[in-house]
Amino acid sequence: MEAGMVTPAPALVRFSGIQKTYDGEHLVVKNLDLEITKGEFITLLGPSGSGKTTTLMMLAGFEVPTHGDIYLADRPIKNVPPHKRDIGMVFQNYALFPHLTIAENIAFPLSVRNTNKAEAQERVRAALRMIKMETLAHRRPGQLSGGQQQRVALARALVFNPQLVLMDEPLGALDKRLREQMQLEIKQLHETMGITVVYVTHDQSEALTMSDRIAVFNDGIVQQIDRPDALYEHPVNSFVAHFIGENNVLAGTVETVEKEYCRVALAGGGAVTARAINVSGVGASTSLSVRPERIAIMPDGTSSDEPNRLPAKVKNTIYLGDHALAVLDVADNREFMVKLQPGTHDGLRPDSLRPGDSVFITFRPEDCLALDPV
Amino acid sequence: MTNALLTGADASTEVPLKRRLRRAERRRQVKALALVLPLLVFLLFTFAGPIAGMLWRSVEDREVRQVLPQTVAALADWGGKDLPDEKAYAALASDVLAARASGTMAIAAKRLNYALNGFRTILTSTARNLRAIPEPGTAKEALGKINPAWRDRTTWTTIKDAGGPITGFYLLAALDLTRNVEGTIVEAPPDQAIYRGVFARTFVISLSVTVLCLILGFPVAYLLATLPPGRSNLLMIFVLLPFWTSLLVRTCAWIVLLQSKGVVNDSLLWLGIIDEPLRLIYNRFGVCVAMTHVLLPFMILPLYSSMKAISPAYMRAAASLGAPPIAAFLRIYLPQTLPGIGAGSLLVFILALGYYITPALVGGAADQMISYFIALYTTETANWGLASALGAVLLLATVLLALVYGKLVQGQHVTGGMKN
Repeated sequence: MEAGMVTPAPALVRFSGIQKTYDGEHLVVKNLDLEITKGEFITLLGPSGSGKTTTLMMLAGFEVPTHGDIYLADRPIKNVPPHKRDIGMVFQNYALFPHLTIAENIAFPLSVRNTNKAEAQERVRAALRMIKMETLAHRRPGQLSGGQQQRVALARALVFNPQLVLMDEPLGALDKRLREQMQLEIKQLHETMGITVVYVTHDQSEALTMSDRIAVFNDGIVQQIDRPDALYEHPVNSFVAHFIGENNVLAGTVETVEKEYCRVALAGGGAVTARAINVSGVGASTSLSVRPERIAIMPDGTSSDEPNRLPAKVKNTIYLGDHALAVLDVADNREFMVKLQPGTHDGLRPDSLRPGDSVFITFRPEDCLALDPV
Repeated sequence: MTNALLTGADASTEVPLKRRLRRAERRRQVKALALVLPLLVFLLFTFAGPIAGMLWRSVEDREVRQVLPQTVAALADWGGKDLPDEKAYAALASDVLAARASGTMAIAAKRLNYALNGFRTILTSTARNLRAIPEPGTAKEALGKINPAWRDRTTWTTIKDAGGPITGFYLLAALDLTRNVEGTIVEAPPDQAIYRGVFARTFVISLSVTVLCLILGFPVAYLLATLPPGRSNLLMIFVLLPFWTSLLVRTCAWIVLLQSKGVVNDSLLWLGIIDEPLRLIYNRFGVCVAMTHVLLPFMILPLYSSMKAISPAYMRAAASLGAPPIAAFLRIYLPQTLPGIGAGSLLVFILALGYYITPALVGGAADQMISYFIALYTTETANWGLASALGAVLLLATVLLALVYGKLVQGQHVTGGMKN
């Protein structure tokens, strides 16, 4: 594990050799080893069916691992029923109890624990204050908007001070603007309360915004666990490179390898120098990954001695407000995206690119990653 | 320019807009009405009409008025303290002769006999022995001689009470009440006071059946709502299976199963659990078993539909918040099934109240419900007044129950909290 944490804190949760199958034939989670540090905000990110929700449900106690064990504060919890795990959970559709008021919903975890009345009342009031919904205490969930319901679900999962809070795509049902606002609110709660959060989402931008660390799931395997910036800058394989952020792919074959760098002959003609991240050696096929914002467009005919210089044909440009995208035809890639930032871009202005123009693109070798073939 | 355009639009369209809206709404309403009209007409003739007829018959009282019109008229301003005067006797004699001639005496005799046992004999003996209209002034004496009952005040109050055209007699009788000779409402004599007991029995049987249905139906509905679709569909077919056979066949099947030489008793005897056949049928047990079987689907279906709407996420949420399974069930699941429990119980209870065939076939004499007596009075003795009055009391009780249920449901109405 290359967490890169400044202070190595003790693990609160440890998954050890976890396997899970539903049908006895196909593993949904294959050999998961994962440690979650106290106070950390970790996101399980992946496409649907990648095993992230199953992992969360095993941690919550709603699914039983087929093999391996999960430790919470160094205690194996395989045989601990969900209600004794002391884990708060926020569900995708909030799961607020429709027959109880907001205050009763928030008081529920306290009352099942037989917390004394005065203290419970005080804590419910504090929780309502925290989500700024004191005035709505006696409404029923059905009378609230999606964002308000989400806040209540959050307060309900936090009010009993659980060791761990799980969130299963909690913002999936909200519109974009509200989702972004809630992301910040949840992040803020995490920071002020110092809670440990395990968050599941398939939205990579949500994961990047909120997480201390992200575990990228695919096909039942954790592909990479790292800080958001490290995942973006240093993906270990093509899946992660594709899943996190925008990415251009060029297929090629490794010609030479020299230390960290390799020379790759492109399938569509030409050759570039790339960082050898995940290549098996000379002659192996590879797929190159270049981020759209790390590419410059040069007018046709300008000479330069850059090592990575490829001819391209402009297909069209897309205006996106704060930036523009140029769609180019480069080597074997017919949808090669280049991000143009008006003002800061030292190449061509977007409005000077016309469909059919011949141009050159350049990028630095360190921005081009040679990864496993797709 | 925009402003001008807006105000212009406002001024020119505000009133027509409202009218247009009304017109559009009216068209929609007419269309909706046209769609339900056939059903409405059907219900009016087959449901509302008969019920109104029944309610009317429970208070209508025309027989005596029709057969003994002069007597009823003569008794109109009789105080009832003493025997009526000569005029009433003369009127009676004239009515009796007229009735004998037209052969309508039996109609009045039947009605009066309901109120006073033996009145039929009084009337027939009077009709037989009265040769002609007595000389003026001697009617009282003549009638008294024919039958001493005419010297009894009670005989006359009975005629006056039955004079109609509207009476509380049947409704009072349905509640085991009657009017005494002074006209005050008193308890009916013990040998006639059976209906309160029958109503109580009807309610007890219905309540037992409802509780049994709830206890048996709840787990089945829960299974139906939680099993994967394939298996729950199969189970649903089994739940609905009783609807495929007639009520009569199902009830008779219970007779086959439960009689003293029936399947259940034979099996128990063979297994050595019992030494002699148990009495499983023609008693309360048989009635409850057979009715529960017949009514179970009416409990399961509303329960199922309310449980189907409860997302499994609620129980998970309750568990994750620290509620043990039983607490989660009692505090989260059960309250959400209350509308289903209420609807199912009300449905079963009301259907059970009106049960006739099943108790008649598998019940003993002490298990007959109110419908049995209503049927008895309509088909056997043709006492439509009493049958209608019993029906009216039953209807009233049912309506009251439905109102109470409506209030209860309104009190704790549950709105869905799930957005999707």
